[in-house]
Parts: sequence; structure tokens; C-alpha cells
Amino acid sequence: MPSGPKPAASAPASASWPEAVLGALGRRVLSLRGDIHDAAKIINDTVHWTFISPFKGRPIRFRASISEMVKAGYNSVPIISVISLFVGIILALQAAYQLKRMGALIYVANLVGVSLTRELGPIMTAIIVSGRSGSAFAAEIGSMKAAEEVDALTTMGVNPVRYLVVPKLLALMIMVPALTIISDLVGIFGGFLLAVTALEIHPYNYFQQTVNALLIKDVFTGLLKAWAFGIVITLVGAYQGFKVTGGAEEVGRRTTASVVTSIFLVVIVDLFFTGLFYYFT
Amino acid sequence: METAIEIAGLQTHYGSREILKNVCASIPRGKTTVILGGSGCGKSTLLKHLIGLLKPTKGQILINGSDITRMDEDEMNEVRKKMGVLFQGAALLNSLTLGDNVALPIREHTRLNESTIKIMVRMKLDQVGLSGFENFFPSQLSGGMKKRAGLARALALDPEMIFFDEPSAGLDPVTAAGLDELILKLRNVFRMTSIVVTHEIESVFKISDYVIMLDAGNVLYQGDLAGLKASDHPRIRMFLERQPEQETYSPDDYFKIIAGD
Repeated sequence: MPSGPKPAASAPASASWPEAVLGALGRRVLSLRGDIHDAAKIINDTVHWTFISPFKGRPIRFRASISEMVKAGYNSVPIISVISLFVGIILALQAAYQLKRMGALIYVANLVGVSLTRELGPIMTAIIVSGRSGSAFAAEIGSMKAAEEVDALTTMGVNPVRYLVVPKLLALMIMVPALTIISDLVGIFGGFLLAVTALEIHPYNYFQQTVNALLIKDVFTGLLKAWAFGIVITLVGAYQGFKVTGGAEEVGRRTTASVVTSIFLVVIVDLFFTGLFYYFT
Repeated sequence: METAIEIAGLQTHYGSREILKNVCASIPRGKTTVILGGSGCGKSTLLKHLIGLLKPTKGQILINGSDITRMDEDEMNEVRKKMGVLFQGAALLNSLTLGDNVALPIREHTRLNESTIKIMVRMKLDQVGLSGFENFFPSQLSGGMKKRAGLARALALDPEMIFFDEPSAGLDPVTAAGLDELILKLRNVFRMTSIVVTHEIESVFKISDYVIMLDAGNVLYQGDLAGLKASDHPRIRMFLERQPEQETYSPDDYFKIIAGD
């Protein structure tokens, strides 16, 4: 036997070490291929049932979409408002810390306005929505899968993606941008509150400074990002939910995984869009 | 005997493990067929193939003469409209009331107006002895009531054939007997083709016209109940007489098993 790494502990004693290594590698590749296949299938089905089949006489479940919008959007208004308000205040404080050394306190307005609309509003909203709704999607679909409800839908001739995922996708595609607008406004208001009290900037000056600093494209690119985040969160939640094969324990694991994965992917997508906008707007 | 479902050379794998080896069977129309077998013999897997949830590695399943293993989603949905399935845990959607659960297939596949659907739902729930429960949620019901509601949903579109996955699992003897009565009624009154997967031997004697017995992925017996009772195949005798499996190892084999290699 050649000197080299020892055979993996789990490999049968008869297998030589190249066999064990290649075997382990092969199993990894096969399982990764399976995961990619499942993810591609969910994306494909979701796009088909959202954008194509409504034009072929299979309408979207409108009432379910409204109820998802209430659950994912309306019900997260309070938490998003509170967090955005505080983040606005924090941002103004941090900005003032540096800017007052240069006597440029009025630029707090620029910093708060631009960073909230371009970046912090969308990303904070997306993180809160993936924690609230993305996990709920994974848990809902996962426990339905565990209780054979998804199979029951299929045998009734009801496509589970159309029934479960499409209303959620519509809800988040509309609601994440809408929540982002709220987050932007409340965050700027938070910065305004701090500026007019602690920093003693005149309210009208602060308002004018914000309006002059913000461009339409700042707000618009932020909302476009938010729209993409909504799609990412829904697809990750649905993917993790449909991956459940066992019982309650796996539902919990998949729910956690859905939050971690969607925050990760939201940041990746954010990086991509921010890079794109930096060079092309 | 007219056949409703013809299974030819069905072979299937979970990963690399072979579950069904070479299943050939035919299921008669208008009768109650029981798929019988011990745990892990592949009977639930066979059922999942019959309702199109799984695709086999090899072989054919002909329902009314057309092969469902080669159908695309749309063709399969046409077949599914003519079949109802009662799952082991009833699989009612927990977010909907019983009425909405039963109405779901009707709303999906027909363009009837809401008042007609309401009447149909009440009829179906009454058929399984649950009239007046349409505004209850599944979580408010007992296991037996859920099963009956699941049956009402399976019957919603007046299917030609209906599949039962372990109908009496987890039910007390009285409730289980009630469900058996319902299955008998479906055959006697509506001439429905029922396919029941079970290992409850008492229920088999009561409801079955035709028996398919599986063992380790193969068909061990198919034919009527009298033939099953008269069979002298040792595996069938063990099953009918509730005898435990005789597994004896030689001391050497036992040592190998516990030593792990």
C-alpha cells in the first residue's frame, strides 16, 4: 500500500484509499447535482405558473395572494417602522460624529437620505421579511409536505407550486418594495428627528438638504433591489419547504436553513445589483 | 372480469435500493381490491405509483388502457380527475375548513357557481356522516372524523376509482369498522373501483373481493379471498395466522452481525 492519507473511517475496509476519496467526491457531486436540479425545477415551475399559465386560462389565486400580502406585508409594518426609525437615528448620530469635526453637520441629511434609500432600506426590509415570512413559507410548505398535504394537492390535480408558491411570490414582489418605501420614509424621519433636536439643524434646512441630495434613481434602484429580494426570499423558502421529506425535526432544520440561505443570497444579489448600478446608471 | 388497472413488469428503486422487483397484477373494475403485505414490502410505494406520485424505473401502469408512467402533467391531471385518494393521515389542508377542503377539487376543476358547490359539499359530507361540520377546521376533529372528511374530499368529483392508504391505521376498532362499511357502501351503491392498501387482516376479510399480496417487492398471490384463505404458501399462512418471522442465526453469523463486519 502506498503511503498517503488514511482511508476514510466510514469506507469499507476492502476499499483502497483512492476508491474511498473518489467515492466520497462522487457522492458529494451527485447530491449537489440533485440539489441544483430541485432548485431549477422550483424556479422553472414558479416562473411558469406566475407569468405564463395565467395567459393560458389558469388564473392566479387572487384571494390567497391578498391574504399573503396581509400576512407578509401589512403585519410587518410595525416592526419595520420601529427598526427603520432607530436605524435612521443611529445613522444620523454616526454621521454627525465625523461631520461635526469639519463643521459640515448639514450633510447628515445627505448621508441619511442616500444610504437609506440606496442600501439600508431595502436590505433591512429584506432581512426582516426573510426572518418573518421566508421562514414561515418554509415551515408552512415543509409541514404540509410532512403531512402528505402536498401529495394530496398533486393527486387532486392541483399543482402545489401554483397553489402555494405563486400567491407568496406575488405578495413579496409587491410587498417588499412597498415596505421598503415605508422603511425609507421612516428612517429619514428618524434622522430628521435627531437632527432637529440633538444637532439643532433647522427643520426646513434639513428637509431641503434631503430633497436636493436624493435623486429619483437612488429611490428607484433601491426599490428594484427590494423587488429582487422578494423573489429570492420566496424561492428560498419554497425550495427549503419542498425539500422536507421527514417529520417535524426536518421542518425545523429547513426553516432555519431558509433564513440563513435567504439572507446570504439577498446579500449576494445586493452586491450584484449595486455593482451593476454603479457602472450603468 | 373487466380490468381497470393493469400493472406490467413494474420495477422501482429508492436510490440504489430496489423496492419493487417485478410486479405484474391487474385490478378489476367495480370491485374492492386489497393490496396486502407486511411492513416494508412495497405496498405503499406501489400505491404511490398507481396515483402517479412516483415514476417507476421500468414497467407500465395502464389505467383504462393508457400508460400513466409516460404521461405529462396535463394528461396525468385528466386521469387524476377520475381518481380519489384517501391518505393515511387524511391529508386535509389544515388552513381550510372542512367545507373548503371538500370544495377544493370542485373549484379547481369545474366552473360551477358557489351555491351549487355548497350543495355538493353538503351532500359529500352527509355521505360520510359529517353533515353540519363544514365550518370546522381539521384540527378540531378526531382522527376518525378526519379520515371520513378526507374520504368526502376524495369523492368530491365522483371518481371512477378510489385509493385508500391504510384506512384503519390509528383508528379504534369501532371507527375502523365504520370506515370499512363506507368502503363496502361505495362498491355496492356506486359500483366504484376501490383499491385499499392495508395490513389489517380482519378488514381484508370484510371488504375485499380481490386480493394482491406483496412480499419483498414481488407479487406473492393474486386472486379472490377464498383462494388466499385456502393457500398453503408458508408466507401467506404466517400472515393470516399472525405468526412471527422465524429468524435464526447460526452462532457465527450472529457474531458477524454484532461485530459489524
